Amino acid sequence: MATVTAPSVPRHGILARPVAPTGVWSWLTTVDAKRIGILYGSTAFVFFLVGGIEALLMRTQLIQPSSTLVGPGAFNALFTMHGTTMIFLVVMPLSAAFFNYIVPLQIGARDVAFPRLNAFSYWVFLAGAILMHLGFFLGTVPDMGWFAYANLTSPAFSPSRGVDFWVVGLQVLGVASMAAGLNFLVTIIQLRAPGMSLMRMPLFTWVTLVTSILIVLAFPVITVALIELMFDRLFGTNFFNAPASGNPILWQHLFWVFAHPEVYILILPAMGIVSEIVPVFSRKPLFGYPFMVYAVVSIAFLSFTVWAHHMFTTGLGPIATSFFTASTMLIAVPTGVKIFNWISTVHGGSLSLKPPALFALGFVAMFTIGGLSGVMHAAPPVDTQQQDTYFIVAHLHYVLFGGSIFGLFGGIYYWLPKVTGRLLHEGLGKLHFWLMFIGFNLTFGPQHFLGVDGMPRRVFTYSPEMGWGFWNLVSTIGAYVLGVATLVFIINAIKTLRSGDRAGDDPRDGRTLEWSTSSPPAHYNFATIPTVHSRDAFWVQKHPDFGAHDLPAGAGATALSAADIPTHGNPGDGHEHDHGAIHLPDPSYWPLAAGLGIFVAGSGILFFLPLLPVGLFVLVVSVYGWSLEPVNG
Amino acid sequence: MISNARLSLRVALLTLVVVLLTGCTQWADSSLPQTTVFPLSDVARYIQNLYELIFWMAVVVFVGVEGFLLYAIIRFRRRREDEMPAQTHGNTRLEIAWTVLPSIVLLVIAIPTIPTIFAQDAIPPTASQRIKVIGHQWWWEFQYPDLGVVTANEFHLPLGETARLDLESADVVHSFWVPRVGGKMDVVPTRTNHLWFTPEKEGEFYGQCVEFCGTQHANMRVRLFVESRESFDKWVRLQRENAAAPTAGPAQQGAELFQRSACIGCHTIRGTNARAVAGPDLTHVGGRKTLAAGILDNTPENLKKWIRDPQEIKVGSKMPNLGLSDQDAGLLAAYLQSLR
Repeated sequence: MATVTAPSVPRHGILARPVAPTGVWSWLTTVDAKRIGILYGSTAFVFFLVGGIEALLMRTQLIQPSSTLVGPGAFNALFTMHGTTMIFLVVMPLSAAFFNYIVPLQIGARDVAFPRLNAFSYWVFLAGAILMHLGFFLGTVPDMGWFAYANLTSPAFSPSRGVDFWVVGLQVLGVASMAAGLNFLVTIIQLRAPGMSLMRMPLFTWVTLVTSILIVLAFPVITVALIELMFDRLFGTNFFNAPASGNPILWQHLFWVFAHPEVYILILPAMGIVSEIVPVFSRKPLFGYPFMVYAVVSIAFLSFTVWAHHMFTTGLGPIATSFFTASTMLIAVPTGVKIFNWISTVHGGSLSLKPPALFALGFVAMFTIGGLSGVMHAAPPVDTQQQDTYFIVAHLHYVLFGGSIFGLFGGIYYWLPKVTGRLLHEGLGKLHFWLMFIGFNLTFGPQHFLGVDGMPRRVFTYSPEMGWGFWNLVSTIGAYVLGVATLVFIINAIKTLRSGDRAGDDPRDGRTLEWSTSSPPAHYNFATIPTVHSRDAFWVQKHPDFGAHDLPAGAGATALSAADIPTHGNPGDGHEHDHGAIHLPDPSYWPLAAGLGIFVAGSGILFFLPLLPVGLFVLVVSVYGWSLEPVNG
Repeated sequence: MISNARLSLRVALLTLVVVLLTGCTQWADSSLPQTTVFPLSDVARYIQNLYELIFWMAVVVFVGVEGFLLYAIIRFRRRREDEMPAQTHGNTRLEIAWTVLPSIVLLVIAIPTIPTIFAQDAIPPTASQRIKVIGHQWWWEFQYPDLGVVTANEFHLPLGETARLDLESADVVHSFWVPRVGGKMDVVPTRTNHLWFTPEKEGEFYGQCVEFCGTQHANMRVRLFVESRESFDKWVRLQRENAAAPTAGPAQQGAELFQRSACIGCHTIRGTNARAVAGPDLTHVGGRKTLAAGILDNTPENLKKWIRDPQEIKVGSKMPNLGLSDQDAGLLAAYLQSLR
């Protein structure tokens, strides 16, 4: 083990790089993608509970007609924050957690391309999340719906500050997403291990690449829209202000040009996770890998051409409506290909129904239903009956809960042993899955019927004569089952962290490089960067008799060059500030400081304008200090 | 073992189909006031025809895909810990097949969809009833410009005559929807959108705003009365008349009170000095079935309660609590009830 020696060059910069190996400061100053992944994951889980409680309150209000538990103001705030939270503060950061932890390992890299920018992304994300929730402490929670349709958001119709918290919070979250998107784009293009060509990348890395591209292309659009809305509200401009010839429909176009790709930003990572889990638990390579890659890429491309299907009832005219019908139906084709290829991966395999596989296959089953209901309202005449009803609520939850959340939980069961070194309890995991599966279908299945029976979304109450009482009761019971399922998961997670069985390095007979490292991996991931000669290189190397798609049977030894197999040898003491001869950046105060600057600037817009320049000053100083900081302290 | 797997597969599939079909009968209840699948107009029927085509195709695909998934899960469960399946990497022909097949299915759906889009959009030249619908936070205004009728929250149409609705908003985005006579259309400030349909059955049909429009979005309801040409003409004649001035009793006292109070700042009662247009036209409010955009039955007690404290019944409503005494509210209610 190398000893910590005094640095041979004098330190430069405003602040020395922090050196605490453990404790709070080590987390606040970390630039290690794995630790940042853990930060993202745990923050997202806290918000998952917040968004879940919001949902349970709404479901309780709707349990029977004419209920008075939650009034209209509170109910409107609940569905606004539930949607915003689950999308921006749960599914996106949970995906980011896996990007951070898994992608560098999967591509045989030691970290992301810009580690400090990565830490900055997390702190800015946290700043945005807090800014958005500040209204809870002041009694002005955003209450205009998560897509904030103009001109309800004009000061005349939303005089309370709620909308401002949403606007500023989302704007700040956008900065975090852009930085993370660019970081992973560069990481995956630049830092792949030797031999890992694009078509040898694991599917999860592929979806991370494509999702990053979507983030980089889609977020500028919402940024523009949010700045316009902010100017309308704070400085009296009239972009969306109808009485002054502003155009409310412009907001809808800008919003959905962003928000439809956003739907794929939410679902593609889960699709990638499923594409990792199904082959491992079937002991078979992913069926039709090239088709799966082409499908992801074409979904991403088409996702920018379908936005107006959210606007079929705004009076687009028949020509535009027909175009968006065609593009929307087209996007179902690559999605269908993926479903058939996942099932074909199971077909002919040796399927082990451990919790990760249960969640992944649950994803396939539920996402299929969401896809089919999606095709129904891809037909605009049918959509004029289904739009803005509970049928849509059911559809979007089959895609984003039955899809994204099931996929992400599959990812947690699959990769948490790598992160913690301990296996989640299998029995509790299965209980969690079945409770969630049953609870999910009880909650959202009946909402299809409610939609067909004409119940609009976003209503805090309904009359008994509408006949919606029974299915609402069933739906609410289902929501409680989902609550119990989440408790089971929390118990499982705590039990695992305390006394879970040791996982070992490769408990699942994994196919990809992350399983070739120790659990948890050393700070530097790989002591020696591996050289890859095949898809599923680690698995082919372990099973040389089976061959790979581009290697003959028996050639396993060359799948992952023997000399390059990563060792667990430890050139430093494994802590973040000490990695011996391996080139890695030390922790830094600056990303946190820059994030703090953005937080102060955002608070300035919301509370006290003179704080805005103060925050921006902190940001500029931080960026200055950041750029002059020595690589290693 | 395989026969066992097959058996459980069949049981699973059968259960699936049974659940699906009972689901169908459960939700397809034609007695529900806002059901979307029992059309009672020409446009609603066009939509339903398309919906049924897509629905049954979706059922076939659902059973096929979920069946394939269940089959694969049951049939290829790991039996021995050391078993190692054949390592297939894909099958180009199969994959091309399941790229092309869904495309054909979608084409079959798209072909009838496009003409329906155009049919739903084109207002027929035969449309004989023109109604201007104005969305307000949180009530609906109906103007019949050719007939000189203005009313709120409840509107009437003659059976079998094509109606054309011109939709405008007084404030924010709303969406107008009476499901049994057709699809919804958004009501957007700065533009006029259109809906048309020909009602095919007499009766009272429910609808409500379906684009979130603020605090009381849930309580922005609408009722359509489809009636014979004769009763429609009778209704129109009544609506065109000015309000009758009551000559005695509490109604007469209420009429005087109305003219003296803040009521005239927002409402119109034709034939009197009340000519403001911020709130619903009350000229014939006594003849309406419901109050406060369809949330209360129009009874003297309900009307009195509403006048006394609208915020108690519909918090956020633009009608303020005027601090009227119980007695004054009663007089106003008696007057408004007399306006039939």
